[in-house]
Amino acid sequence: MGAYLAFKETWRSRGRFLLVSLLVALLTALVLFIAGLAEGLGRGNIEYLSNLDADLIAYQAEAQILIAASRLPRGTLQDIERVPGVKAAGPIEFSRVSIILPGTTPQGQPRKPLDVSLIQVEPGRPGEPPVRFGRQLQNRRGKEAIIDSLVARRAGLSVGDEFTIRSLQGTREEFYTLRVVGITTSQQYAIQPSIIVPLLTGDQIKPKPVVEDRPSSDISSNIIAIKLDLPEDPAEARAFRELMKRRLESQVKKIQVVDIRTAYENTPGYSAQKGTLDTQRYFALVIGVLVLGGFFQIQALQKVAQIGVLKAIGTPNRAIIAASLVQITTVTAFGVFIGTVITLSLALALPVGVPIVFAPQTVFIALVSLLLIGPLGGLLSIRYSVSVEPLTALGLAQ
Amino acid sequence: MGIALEVRNVTKIYGSGENAVVAVNDVSFSVAEGEFVALVGPSGSGKTTLLAMLAGLLYPTQGNIYIDGQDLAKMDDAQRTAFRRQRIGFTFQANNLMPYLTARENVELMMRLNGGCKSECSRMAVELLTRLGLGHRLNNLPRQLSGGEQQRVAIARALIHNPTLVLADEPTASLDTERAYQVVETFADLIHGHRRAGIMVTHDLRMCIYVDRVIQMQDGRIVRILSQRDEIDELASAKRQRTKTTAVAEVTAASSAPDGQFPR
Ligand SMILES: Nc1ncnc2c1ncn2[C@@H]1O[C@H](COP(=O)(O)OP(=O)(O)O)[C@@H](O)[C@H]1O
Ligand SMILES: [Mg+2]
Repeated sequence: MGAYLAFKETWRSRGRFLLVSLLVALLTALVLFIAGLAEGLGRGNIEYLSNLDADLIAYQAEAQILIAASRLPRGTLQDIERVPGVKAAGPIEFSRVSIILPGTTPQGQPRKPLDVSLIQVEPGRPGEPPVRFGRQLQNRRGKEAIIDSLVARRAGLSVGDEFTIRSLQGTREEFYTLRVVGITTSQQYAIQPSIIVPLLTGDQIKPKPVVEDRPSSDISSNIIAIKLDLPEDPAEARAFRELMKRRLESQVKKIQVVDIRTAYENTPGYSAQKGTLDTQRYFALVIGVLVLGGFFQIQALQKVAQIGVLKAIGTPNRAIIAASLVQITTVTAFGVFIGTVITLSLALALPVGVPIVFAPQTVFIALVSLLLIGPLGGLLSIRYSVSVEPLTALGLAQ
Repeated sequence: MGIALEVRNVTKIYGSGENAVVAVNDVSFSVAEGEFVALVGPSGSGKTTLLAMLAGLLYPTQGNIYIDGQDLAKMDDAQRTAFRRQRIGFTFQANNLMPYLTARENVELMMRLNGGCKSECSRMAVELLTRLGLGHRLNNLPRQLSGGEQQRVAIARALIHNPTLVLADEPTASLDTERAYQVVETFADLIHGHRRAGIMVTHDLRMCIYVDRVIQMQDGRIVRILSQRDEIDELASAKRQRTKTTAVAEVTAASSAPDGQFPR
């Protein structure tokens, strides 16, 4: 009964309800794009770190979990490896370089170099991501690199290709040639795609403020990724991680040890950015609730006489509630559907490099919250409809 | 002849203390199956209040109402709502129809409320609407119908589900005289033909020529009951006479108005 009334009414005034659906569709597009941007920017910041096949990360104690401020000498790596329970440890060093792209633009200009994160790791140790094509790094001093899929796409590189890196050494620009040995999944760090090179190779390539005559023999890294001998049971594993954190900090001098999640949540800008975008998303949802609430409330006010007659001729309140709910849900769901279609087709046309990512889970959460704004906004109008007295049909209201 | 409705010493007082309004004062009467009764009286005499109590929308302060022998006061809200959709047919002064349902769907609505509308019910709705002269308007929305047509759809809706009691509140209020006569005549035919008990509230005494009994109210009390054909017809025509006289007087007054303006 309720559904019958809802569908008849919605269909016979479809122009008006379509307008509301379009509004929901626009809100849907807005919310999805904000969610996609949050996901994209978030990934750009933390992708490499969150992908790390490691259980704990060690920072210099005074660095306050800031990678750029953290410096760990070679000795620390050996100390960590000696702590019982540690399975493996790998130093990781981050910097930025540019890849020179061969060829010219259609306008005949030289192509703009591609800025990338240079991530130095020890071959075979935690920190080196698994490749999808080609092979892992083999040679500690080899002129070889694993590139992530974004670099592969944007620079047009495949396994076996050679490419040129430009980096600032003191005041001079220097150029280095590396060979692609493997391609891994997208591994962004600091909103840039990444190339992964052996630690020692990278020490020569990475930009330096001053060039020393004799390269320093002190090999250091920003952080050290640690893999543990974890028990199978998840609860035990969690307890063991906590235990190891404390054990490592007490047995190895001047380090702070955190789990991966803490590590990426402390990446500069990540939390602030996420907070800002989340706030925008919640605002969009609240606006949706208010606009839909307003629309359906005005409609309920206009329908007082009608609802009075319905009740007078014996329509139970539950049918009236059902009619409202079905109508609101249908209009909202239709809008969300249109909005999703619009968003996804626009997304296909997005240029490369726009940091918008539609992850299934984020999209799902966004869609569910969007579907809820209708019924939530409609609550007031439903309450109002329920309170209409059948006596109003006779022009008598108490 | 079975008694469809019995009203026993019903009183309705709005408010209390100093503000108390006795809207209906110790009213008793009954209506038989197949009987069409007019409830008349000046504005404020308690007609609508009485009608609301007959429909179970308002509770008497005192007294009892029995429909088909069942006491409305002994039912809870849900039972009264169910009773309304099963046993009572309703037409209202205005806003009778759901604007988003066609004439036919508006009539079928009553059957849907009572559990569904299969082909049989659809056929009945079409038949009833055709009898009311709306055979060519079945699929029109209310806004595409004239006021008289809308009232006739409401009448069909009030009758389709075989109610015991049909209540009509000022069914002719928004109609011109010619339409009003037509609508009430058909209404009376259907009440008589289907052996329903019908009560029509009206302030237009001319409409009484089609009813079997006139209950006249004033200040909440029944002041007169007419059940003889000639008495009723006299009441109906007296009203018509008076209306003519008033109309003439108004025109005269307007033409002699100082600014020469014609009243709207
Ligand atoms: N809700 C109410 N509260 C107080 N007085 C009311 C209320 N409704 C109606 N009345 C009063 O009850 C009397 C009867 O009203 P009503 O039944 O509407 O008469 P009628 O339909 O004959 O015009 C009037 O004096 C009216 O002012
Ligand atoms: Mg009235």
